[in-house]
Amino acid sequence: MNKYIAGKLEKRVSAVLLNRPVYILLPFLIILPFLTPYVSLATQIIIYAIFASGFNILFGYTGLISFGHAAYFGLGAYGAGLALYHFSAPQWMAFFIGITLATSGGVVFGYISLRTRGAYFALITLAFSQILYFIAFTAYKVTGGDDGLRNIPILDFKIFGLHVTPLKPLLFYYFIVLIAVLCVLIIWRLLNSPFGRSLTAIKENESRALSCGINVKGVKLFSFVLSSFFSGVAGALILMFQLFVHPESLHWVTSGDVVVITLLGGRGTFLGPFLGAGVYLILRDWVSTVTESWQLIVGILFILCVIYFPGGIWGSISVFLTRTGLYRED
Amino acid sequence: MDLTLIVGQIMVGLVLGGILALVASGFSLVFGMMDIINFAHGAFFTFGAYFGFTSLSITGNFWITLLIVPFAVGVVGCLTEFFILRPLSGRDQVDSLLATFGLTLAATEIVRLVWGKEGIPFSTPDLLVGASDLGGLIFPNYRLFVMAVTGAIIIGLWLFIEKTNLGSIIRAGTSDRLMTKSLGIDISKVWTLVFGFGCALAALAGVLAAPMQSVYPEMGLAVIIECFVIIVIAGLGSIIGSVISSLIVGTTISLATLIYAPMGQVVIFMLMILVLLIKPFGLFGIKE
Repeated sequence: MNKYIAGKLEKRVSAVLLNRPVYILLPFLIILPFLTPYVSLATQIIIYAIFASGFNILFGYTGLISFGHAAYFGLGAYGAGLALYHFSAPQWMAFFIGITLATSGGVVFGYISLRTRGAYFALITLAFSQILYFIAFTAYKVTGGDDGLRNIPILDFKIFGLHVTPLKPLLFYYFIVLIAVLCVLIIWRLLNSPFGRSLTAIKENESRALSCGINVKGVKLFSFVLSSFFSGVAGALILMFQLFVHPESLHWVTSGDVVVITLLGGRGTFLGPFLGAGVYLILRDWVSTVTESWQLIVGILFILCVIYFPGGIWGSISVFLTRTGLYRED
Repeated sequence: MDLTLIVGQIMVGLVLGGILALVASGFSLVFGMMDIINFAHGAFFTFGAYFGFTSLSITGNFWITLLIVPFAVGVVGCLTEFFILRPLSGRDQVDSLLATFGLTLAATEIVRLVWGKEGIPFSTPDLLVGASDLGGLIFPNYRLFVMAVTGAIIIGLWLFIEKTNLGSIIRAGTSDRLMTKSLGIDISKVWTLVFGFGCALAALAGVLAAPMQSVYPEMGLAVIIECFVIIVIAGLGSIIGSVISSLIVGTTISLATLIYAPMGQVVIFMLMILVLLIKPFGLFGIKE
């Protein structure tokens, strides 16, 4: 049987492209709004990709599964929202308040949760997010409860003579992309550093990592806090984009969303969160026009991913490319 | 506060604890034997209630329902184990957690599709309607019945595991899987049965609980959370511990509702976090 073996040119091209995912990512980000049925879907995809990238740090790279990451997404959104709604804070300040709230949550919950491991860890993270959900739901005077937080002042600022506001979808999209690229650069820098390598060490063999002198507890906590930071960024962004936040953003179904996205795209990979967010949200958008039972599809997707595609989309692609000699990890 | 009220709430809590004990034992059994965290355990509870509703509509007889529903759901459980969990047998515990999480999403949606998004009515069987006077405290007959049934089943379960051959296989499989296999016992068949049995317990709990609470598609989610809290407090792998823990949790929820109605939901989380802080492997935990 003729097996395809890549030639020299192909190898050189793919070595550049595939080992520097940014070369694939940037074009993808630029043309995405033209691929999706409407621009705001693309914006949503990028925001969720940021969320998933943050989650991926903890899940894909450190190997810790959290079922309650919606907590930081929701904290980011509510933090920014409450600042804007109740205190009429300037937009940039609200953004930072949201992120700070989410990160503080990450520090506190992370510290407590990391005293446990495995399934207990997953459950305790779930517990924290459900407590927050409950608070958001019952404190309706502050948060709007089931109605959610509405009437958020709209972001509108001028940069280089252009008005950036969610009312201008395409421009706003590229603004979000800018933030996403910034986040991705930071994550890339962090993961390709001794810190990043210690994450992999912990994921592969924790006790060995410990005996190598790695401060496992500290590294895990930092990883948790980082992931909550980026999740908070995504949350604050979604608020500014949607101008609305509901307790549902703290619910474990939202946590499930980000887990699926990361799994689907490929955990522990760079492009995974973006691919996953793209496929998931486009699929959801399309399926929702046909049926209300999107959750059924999600569930089945989940199961299929776990059983047959543990590497996700990107993982499967890399495996395929490796087999043909096109791809070899740096 | 009225003493009768408190005692009454405690008894309500014990009834809830009994139901939860059934659910938790089923969960603990599966975990102890197969090292699988079945996040979808609550879905089988939900199936129990819904199958019960359908069976009741067809047969009109609660007692027949009580017998056939656990059996039917048990079969569904066996199929689930075979098709979804078996392929994951070599893998990390996390994978079965993820897969069963997905299963929960799918199962909840299936319930919505078949029986509708709104809750359905489930009436108390005629024989058990009404309340009895227990020396000053009026307590519903149905709840007394549930207490008795769950108590009997737990004792029966304990006897089964301690005293029968199949029970000893289960105990062996729980403490040392490899050894049991090498003794020639076809452990995979036992696994399917145990999983199905665990689901049947959850379903039975669902049927029993149905007349006392609202039956709606997401009811399993609340129960699975409560189940997790129970197991976490008790420690994964300890069945007796999970029974005691269930009673504690049931009573705690019930008493918390006295203070502030919605508190029942959150107090268990706080309880769980508290326990995990002090003992990261649970109160009676034997397995990591």
